[in-house]
Amino acid sequence: MSKSTKNISKPLKLKIYSKTESLVEVRNFVSEEALNFGFDEETVNKIVLAVDEACTNIIEHAYKYVPDKIIEIEVRLNSEKFEVKLTDYGISFDPRVVKTPNIKSSIMKYRKGGLGMYLMKSLVDKVEYNMNQNRRNTVRIIKYKN
Amino acid sequence: MSDFKINFRESANANIVDLKGYLDAHTAPELENALQKLVNNKQYNIVVNCKNLSYISSAGLGVFMAYIEEVRKNKGDIKLTNMSPKIFNVFDILGFPLLYEIYNTELEALQKFTNH
Repeated sequence: MSKSTKNISKPLKLKIYSKTESLVEVRNFVSEEALNFGFDEETVNKIVLAVDEACTNIIEHAYKYVPDKIIEIEVRLNSEKFEVKLTDYGISFDPRVVKTPNIKSSIMKYRKGGLGMYLMKSLVDKVEYNMNQNRRNTVRIIKYKN
Repeated sequence: MSDFKINFRESANANIVDLKGYLDAHTAPELENALQKLVNNKQYNIVVNCKNLSYISSAGLGVFMAYIEEVRKNKGDIKLTNMSPKIFNVFDILGFPLLYEIYNTELEALQKFTNH
């Protein structure tokens, strides 16, 4: 399908197994759609990294590196925003309990925890977590067009 | 396939580690093994050349954090060089310039080791 005929409202989906070798596939998928959406390369790179961090967190924390679980990645677009929704069926967590790291103090004490989440927040406009009791967790990564 | 390669070089007073490709949660263990190998061999003066590094996520940065303390305890350092603006931006967001020496060229990093 050529870029110009792609229906902008059509949801674009990718399903991967929860293993780190899938990350390259996720990055390629998101990169292509963000470029098609019209973002410049720098913005595309930021979105791709934010999604990589979200996926890595799911593999590490929700699925504890069990490699045969499913992660669904869905790109949703409208004229104003580009959204990537990641869904997993693993262990929920409350993002409020993950303290926003004081970067200076984290780095001085070699603390790695929370850096991925901090990076995500720094790279895109909005990161929304929806963790529920039915073991269906979603993270939405949003970047506005302007 | 994730594309990530590590190459080792030696100079008079430091070990140079060249990184190439994509450093993410999948490939970070390779960097971990590389740094562990140097530390096991008591090679604590380390220059990491990022000239051909196309991508880094926090998993990659975490590897540097895991080794810097041990390396510095042994009077060495991990100095980073030749980052593209894209790569530097990630290090910068996470505050690395506060704690790590980052140089434009490998030569500058090697000279710092000479001067110590």
